[in-house]
Amino acid sequence: MSEPLVYTFLVDGDNFTSAGEASVKMKKNLRMLAIAPDIIRRVAIAMYEGEINMVIHAGGGTATVSVHNDKIEIVLEDKGPGIADVELAMREGFSTAPETIRNLGFGAGMGLPNMKRNTDSMTIESTVGVGTRITMTVNL
Amino acid sequence: MTVAQLAERLHLECLALPAPDREIDGAYAGDLLSWVMGRAGTDCLWATIMNNMNVLAVATLADVSVTVICEGCEVSDDLRNAAMEKGVNLVRTELPIYELCVAVSEVLR
Ligand SMILES: Nc1ncnc2c1ncn2[C@@H]1O[C@H](COP(=O)(O)OP(=O)(O)O)[C@@H](O)[C@H]1O
Ligand SMILES: [Mg+2]
Repeated sequence: MSEPLVYTFLVDGDNFTSAGEASVKMKKNLRMLAIAPDIIRRVAIAMYEGEINMVIHAGGGTATVSVHNDKIEIVLEDKGPGIADVELAMREGFSTAPETIRNLGFGAGMGLPNMKRNTDSMTIESTVGVGTRITMTVNL
Repeated sequence: MTVAQLAERLHLECLALPAPDREIDGAYAGDLLSWVMGRAGTDCLWATIMNNMNVLAVATLADVSVTVICEGCEVSDDLRNAAMEKGVNLVRTELPIYELCVAVSEVLR
């Protein structure tokens, strides 16, 4: 069919309280598009984990979600410190989150694994000192 | 059973009930937000001692029917007001998580 619907969000790196707003808005958008609830849930979980990571680890970034005929693509981009060892970062339980963040219930090291588990594809491009770009898709 | 019915049965303190008639389907207990996001099922009750703002985003995205703040943990006016605004059912109990879950299990049976 037609062109994908594209939604872009700025994720504020200084406001931890509002972290997750982009994912909540996107969830509403997908509801209005009458996407199946289980798909919405997977997109919401994956996007939220990515959004939180940009806030905690990268000082914010952008999220772009494109709704195609056959898939939803989520691209998260930041200019943070980058991930030195992606394989290590992907391990359940691995986290560099500081104590203050852990006390809020984050930093369980489950974010990236949750993102992988809830999407049909996920690629991480990251350069230390430059930033990180994560592309995920969920098939419709 | 609806959120309002459960709250009444278990004498939960209603902090914000924007959707009192929502049905509860199962329960999940936990404080690590990523675990909750990944494991709590849609429409379930979520029991936790977390009381920061991020709880609301997790409750919304995981689509739980009600969030129960256990152990009488403090809930700020900001959290309460934001829950109402964001449509998140938020209640509180003095019970520890385990005991709350036992009670929930009895009434949901
Ligand atoms: N956008 C990012 N920029 C820099 N580092 C990141 C980013 N996302 C994840 N990481 C690194 O990967 C680790 C694992 O991430 P994750 O599985 O989400 O766990 P957590 O966020 O709980 O630490 C983080 O602790 C961090 O070191
Ligand atoms: Mg994370």
